[in-house]
Amino acid sequence: MTTIATLDLTPRPGAAPLHRMVLAQAGAEIRAMLRNGEQLLLTMIIPILLLVGFSTAPLVDVGGGARVDFVAPGILALAVMSTAFTGQAIATGFERRYGVLKRLGATPLSRTGLLLAKTVAVVAVEVLQVVVIVAVALALGWSPHGDPLWGVPLLLLGTAAFSGLGLLMAGTLRAEATLAGANLVYLVLLGLGGVLFPLDRFPAGVQHVLGLLPISALTSGLRTALSTGGFPGGALLVLLCWTVAALALAARTFRWE
Amino acid sequence: MPGVDSTFESTLGSAGDAAPAVEIDGLVKRYGGTTAVDGLTLTCARGAVTAILGPNGAGKTSTIEICEGFRRPDGGTVRVLGLDPADPALKPRLGIMPQTGGVPPAARAGEWLRVVSRFYAHPLDPDSLLGLLGLTDHTRTPYRRLSGGQQQRLSLAAAVIGRPELVFLDEPTAGLDPQARHACWDLVAALRAAGVSVVLTTHQMDEAEKLSDHVVVIDHGRVVAEGTPESLTGAERQLRFRARPGLDLEELLAALPPGSAAKESPSGHYIIEGQVGPQLLATVTAWCATEGVTTEDLRIERRTLEDVFLELTGRELR
Repeated sequence: MTTIATLDLTPRPGAAPLHRMVLAQAGAEIRAMLRNGEQLLLTMIIPILLLVGFSTAPLVDVGGGARVDFVAPGILALAVMSTAFTGQAIATGFERRYGVLKRLGATPLSRTGLLLAKTVAVVAVEVLQVVVIVAVALALGWSPHGDPLWGVPLLLLGTAAFSGLGLLMAGTLRAEATLAGANLVYLVLLGLGGVLFPLDRFPAGVQHVLGLLPISALTSGLRTALSTGGFPGGALLVLLCWTVAALALAARTFRWE
Repeated sequence: MPGVDSTFESTLGSAGDAAPAVEIDGLVKRYGGTTAVDGLTLTCARGAVTAILGPNGAGKTSTIEICEGFRRPDGGTVRVLGLDPADPALKPRLGIMPQTGGVPPAARAGEWLRVVSRFYAHPLDPDSLLGLLGLTDHTRTPYRRLSGGQQQRLSLAAAVIGRPELVFLDEPTAGLDPQARHACWDLVAALRAAGVSVVLTTHQMDEAEKLSDHVVVIDHGRVVAEGTPESLTGAERQLRFRARPGLDLEELLAALPPGSAAKESPSGHYIIEGQVGPQLLATVTAWCATEGVTTEDLRIERRTLEDVFLELTGRELR
């Protein structure tokens, strides 16, 4: 039985070291993501179902080569978008609405610390996604060739771009609008971004515009790196532009409460 | 408690040691065309419990949120522990309990408090604190499944877990059952005994009377009265009764000893002040007899803080 006498309430204020604060908050964010059913559906179940479905059934004409070789890079891009953009936008929007961001602002965890924690959490969940997706894809007969190492900067830059877009949405719109908007954008980009349906099926003029979407850049970049090989310079440049624009705009417009 | 005091002193930095917990001068806060805080000036002493009382919309929460650094003032100056409320150096030194929310609805009570504790260098043990506040059985319960009172207690726990020098509690006992309210009062008393400064807002007069060293009554964004609970209620007793409204008190006053006062506030409620004793009681009842008035609730008592509040603001608290 705890009594008040056993607690030493004499003031002894002090902030924990930054890394401890960031890890504690990141842990909380990871637990929240992995426990949330809707989030898991979006980040794990849908990508895996699409990977298995589109790799095994002749749903789309992917040109020559194994189906899974075309589908797997697209699913990796989808996984990044689902966590960094959709999941993060919805979660952050509701944190704003429930006063969680304001409450955290009253603790020694700075805004920089909070953003670091969110980044760590997003990357940790993505690592989990990549491991599961790659395992399933390999089981389906995927044989990545080319320069898989180029996948790392692509995934990181894609994460940064989508995080910027997600925070831009969460920091300006109402939580309900963010929920609806983030899901809608997810669906639209899934359909138009070359994830499952090759961009060359669209009319030439439309193709060029669609090719500048962050999801298309990430998908085509990953396909270059993981199948044909070579430096995905164009994709990296497009993602870099989205990253700079989205983060700069989010930093200027984000409302914490 | 010299031992406690010396510990307290030794934990303070060199800057702002002598500064009051809170020092507000001429504070103004407007929302659009509405002035929520209108030239408010008050000082909260170190190591004391200050209660801010006021009706809804008096400017209590605006004032406290400016002190917490959540809002910026439109005018006047605010110093908290001698610093600007926006100074990040203040964060670890303050403990804050907002009026509502701030916890992710799906977060489990124990886990969330543990995460918050990891932001501080020398936190209290989260499990002990949860035990003290009667939440041990709910450590794995998601926040949204806690009752309103349990949510309040968790929020209170988070406010003190970092061993702060100054704690802001915005209506800490609103919605608590009597047992939980006493647990909260015990905690505030223990904070005070440990040398922590506490600033709280409340709707409850008994809470302010019981807990605080200093009471500040605010209305329409200004301080209308302040002092110790005793100085506000006064030492003298008074005679009160209810009767039909609009009695002519002139005659009664003439019959009472000099220095007495009689008033009707609010309508139908009469208060007689002065040398309240057998003589005064006899005079009043005799006057009632000649006026043909049957009194109800005739009693002699000390003024309560609630009376003072009602007189000052003309309003009930809720």
